[in-house]
Amino acid sequence: MSRVGEGTYKLARPVVLMGAGTVVGPKESLGPLGKSFDRVKATDLEGAATWEKAECAFLAEAVETALRKAALDTADLDVLVGGDLLNQLISFNFAARNLGIPAIGLSSACATYAEGIGLLAILIDGGKVGKGAVVTSSHHDTAERQYRYPTELGVQRSPASQWTVTGAGAMVLSGGEAGVRITDVTFGRVIDHGLKDPNNMGAAMAPAAVDTIRRHLRGTRTTLADYDLVVTGDLGRHGLQLAGELLEQDGYRPGAKLVDCGVRIFDGVPDVDCGGSGAACSAVVFGGDLYPRLATGKLQRILFAGTGSLHSPLTFQQGETIPGIAHAVTVEGA
Amino acid sequence: MDSQTRETDEEHLNYRRRARQTEPKRPLARNLLVAFLVGGAICALGQGVFNFLLTVGYTPKTAAAPLSIIMVFLGSIFTGVGVYDRLGKLAGMGSALPVTGFANSITSAAMEARREGFILGLGARLFTIAGPVIVFGATTAFLVGIVFWAAGTLHR
Repeated sequence: MSRVGEGTYKLARPVVLMGAGTVVGPKESLGPLGKSFDRVKATDLEGAATWEKAECAFLAEAVETALRKAALDTADLDVLVGGDLLNQLISFNFAARNLGIPAIGLSSACATYAEGIGLLAILIDGGKVGKGAVVTSSHHDTAERQYRYPTELGVQRSPASQWTVTGAGAMVLSGGEAGVRITDVTFGRVIDHGLKDPNNMGAAMAPAAVDTIRRHLRGTRTTLADYDLVVTGDLGRHGLQLAGELLEQDGYRPGAKLVDCGVRIFDGVPDVDCGGSGAACSAVVFGGDLYPRLATGKLQRILFAGTGSLHSPLTFQQGETIPGIAHAVTVEGA
Repeated sequence: MDSQTRETDEEHLNYRRRARQTEPKRPLARNLLVAFLVGGAICALGQGVFNFLLTVGYTPKTAAAPLSIIMVFLGSIFTGVGVYDRLGKLAGMGSALPVTGFANSITSAAMEARREGFILGLGARLFTIAGPVIVFGATTAFLVGIVFWAAGTLHR
């Protein structure tokens, strides 16, 4: 591995993606990717006593599904890397309690999945970790209670807001040669352009996405022409528009290449305003849609940049602005 | 402030301006109309209950308490069966402002906090949304009371 730019690393040997596991709730199955997910739950609770327990179970199920597809067992994994949106990462940590895999919890909000993929790829490239998995989860109802209002409260949603994805996505990574692989990683800087509206996280995150994409391209000495797609995590429609404009101001012409997991997952689904968000959003779109297309050669090379809004209800109430972050990886097809 | 910082500040300012310009707008006319219709319907229902209470022997003064009880009960029931949040999504303040909306804020908090137990869950968090209404409602009543009392004293 070598450092090729500010926060950008080129892996010495490719790190291979061995299998994805995706679990989603009922609303997510209504979108255009509904049939791409491994497990679709009929309800958001799915027999659990609380939403928090349901989210935790979804996360564990995503890991187990990914392991089954990679033909591996929990004992084969050296580490489990990941996180969720809830305080103290309760979904991730409580699932890891039962899985028994050494666990590294990360907290970068919705950018956690891309952060985990990048971090685990670097650990594997370093040679000390053989195999590992990345997993993130989110749940509409657990997120609403922590960040906003009781779910049964009659409030009018802002048209700039996004709908937290219920589900979990896991990916097994390993050293290797053949297959879909990670080649470059860029860790994001925390960027804050002074926006304050927690109902418009896309606009707060877009500058971070652009900063990371720009540094990734510079560090890896690539241009947008080298990628089939530049995929952002969950900017939503408004954030995606702003990110496109910022890139154009810098002389890039992303055009239709710039796509967003949050826009894609709920395309055409009513009542989601600007699209999906949540730590599971980019995880299930990557695992359910992008990864299979890379594996079958329909996509050759993509830049995947997970985006996260790093505020808490407390910082908002104290009048703080909303910082954003984005972590990016280059993924090459088989 | 050096020129680099000024440049960054200006860049951020431009971005915030652009974000505001392009932000999806609330459909104000539609929202106002629906709030008016739904809020009006809830109030008309309240008036209907009030009129009914007068026919069964209440006076306008004594009907106020049972009227509130009935409307709060209805607001809670419709929250419990999962209808009031959908109404609120459509009507906004139209369904939040009447006393049924107050019931919705308490019942929704209760439904959610119940899983953390009856005392430290439900008991502690029942008024997370409605709390400010009670605090500032009581404060306002107190201030108005002082004005009323002062006016009465001076008048005499």
